[in-house]
Amino acid sequence: MAAKPGELQAPEWCRGASRKDAYYRGVMAAPSVPVIVVLATFVGFGALAEGAGLTMAQAVFVTVSVFALPGQVVLVDQIAQGTALFSTAFAVTLTSVRLLPLTLSLMPYLRDGITPRWVEFIFAHMLAITMWIESMRRLPQLPERLRSPFYGGFVSALFAGILCATALGFLLSGQVPQEIGAGLIFLTPIYFFLSLIAVSKSHIDLLAVAIGAVLGPVLFVMTPGLDLFLTGLIGGTAAYALSYWWNSR
Amino acid sequence: MSGFVHGNWSYLWLFLAGFCATQPWRYLGVILSINIRTDSEVLVWVRLVSTALVAGLVTRMLLLPAGALASVPLEMRLGSFLLGCCMFFLARKSLAAGVFSGGAALVLAQYFLQP
Repeated sequence: MAAKPGELQAPEWCRGASRKDAYYRGVMAAPSVPVIVVLATFVGFGALAEGAGLTMAQAVFVTVSVFALPGQVVLVDQIAQGTALFSTAFAVTLTSVRLLPLTLSLMPYLRDGITPRWVEFIFAHMLAITMWIESMRRLPQLPERLRSPFYGGFVSALFAGILCATALGFLLSGQVPQEIGAGLIFLTPIYFFLSLIAVSKSHIDLLAVAIGAVLGPVLFVMTPGLDLFLTGLIGGTAAYALSYWWNSR
Repeated sequence: MSGFVHGNWSYLWLFLAGFCATQPWRYLGVILSINIRTDSEVLVWVRLVSTALVAGLVTRMLLLPAGALASVPLEMRLGSFLLGCCMFFLARKSLAAGVFSGGAALVLAQYFLQP
């Protein structure tokens, strides 16, 4: 993902750039292919929320307060199924555990001794898988003092775009033919799956994908409500155990 | 405890089930990043658990969908998904190629292959 140390070269614009310039560069870098994909999936989320019976304000509220597609999809899915508050929060929490390692591995890049700690928490609020991939790709070659404003610019543009995409998807949901509505919702599982493949570091991650993919529907039928929790726990632990056994042979 | 409530209380419901269920992990990430080794074994396991969980959600959405997707025949869903995966790899792991070709395939299949 990141270039080799020898290849790391700061882009031309960094020479003599102020932190304000870096913020502006971050905003301008946001309209990119991965961001367009994410916007499309959030249009799909808006449509999904409409289908689950939420209002547009509620859908936007979910996007602002959660800001991570897997958790939001689980939340809306549980609402549609009439699941109780505690079970829903539990399922969303389990889906969001993945944000911990993402935040944990990115924060050191954004820490420059100038940015206050409370801004780091806002940065973390806006960190999800796409932002993580893009940051790991773009930040390491920037000079340390420009990373945090660049991230801030990129993520503010992304945040604004995602809010609009949610509202747009909600509005389109009733308007577009059902065939296209299904296509928009369909973007989400493909995007999740391909992202998992794209960021996988080794065959162990792929093993976790494979085991989880098989367990998901099976456990949904066997233990609805607890299915996601058990899929993650059993699938992830099995993948970890198998790799441990494989490495220790 | 009941399911989702509509009206003004819905925002408290969404705040508890959404914000409060999500953000602590991010905040914990910020706090732990101050002094933890990012290559520790616990993190590997956590990553694998979340990976398996999302993969399970993917196949569930594919095989047992709800909403508009439920009216699309299974073979169209699977075919479009596989096509998207193939395009992803053919285009050198391009997310855009995979996601958009899969979505387009599903829409076109419904218009032209529907009996």
